[in-house]
Amino acid sequence: MATVELLLAALPVHVRTARLIGVAAARRAGLSDELVDELRLAVGEACSRAVALHALHAPETPVKIVLRDDPDGLTVEVTDVGPAAQPLDVAVDELFDDLVVDPAVALVVLSGLVDDLEITAGEAGTTVTMRWPLAPAL
Amino acid sequence: MDLSLDDRTEGDRTIVVVGGEIDVYTAPKLREKLIDLVSAGQYHLVVDMEGVEFLDSTGLGVLVGGLKRVRAHEGTLRLVCTQERILKIFRITGLTKVFPIHASVAEAVAATD
Repeated sequence: MATVELLLAALPVHVRTARLIGVAAARRAGLSDELVDELRLAVGEACSRAVALHALHAPETPVKIVLRDDPDGLTVEVTDVGPAAQPLDVAVDELFDDLVVDPAVALVVLSGLVDDLEITAGEAGTTVTMRWPLAPAL
Repeated sequence: MDLSLDDRTEGDRTIVVVGGEIDVYTAPKLREKLIDLVSAGQYHLVVDMEGVEFLDSTGLGVLVGGLKRVRAHEGTLRLVCTQERILKIFRITGLTKVFPIHASVAEAVAATD
């Protein structure tokens, strides 16, 4: 088991850093190209959401990212300290308000994108856990 | 790769050629470009996304913002995109119903519906 832990200053510029590290870990773990693309977008969405929440509620606190690979796949956890994720009850196109990074939109994208997704919301914040399987050996 | 932006006019259409990555960090530049064009009276925009390598929900938000702005002037905002990984995020969010998406700039420029 190999684990990468990352504390990211809550700045938009570092969301790309997180994507690049996620992609590097995914390639190293041996995910298929299609899943690497999916992971790139998913890590970006999860981190954009966390960075936006921290900017509002805890700008000095870093966002925590853990990447864990095992023989069967790769797990990515993104943890923020913002208010708990709320369930969605509005249409997506009503959520978009120009440049505001709406944490809810990121969750819509994540739930549409990642098959194995778990969102654990508590008083201390939210952890988005995503898991991608390795392609079966040929 | 950072975001690249370029624009040119073809008849009454303005083609905005976007390349690179549109994310939470670079999206403000695209937003500014769309606002500048609308302020300059360009209300029929074609955003060519064939050179875009990455697009996230922040980028979608900026495109929706652009659409709202041109619509306020009875304008249009059309997208040119054939890349599956970019189209995927439009499908997931249901925005394929909101934006006309074309296979080429020529098709988008010719479109009148």
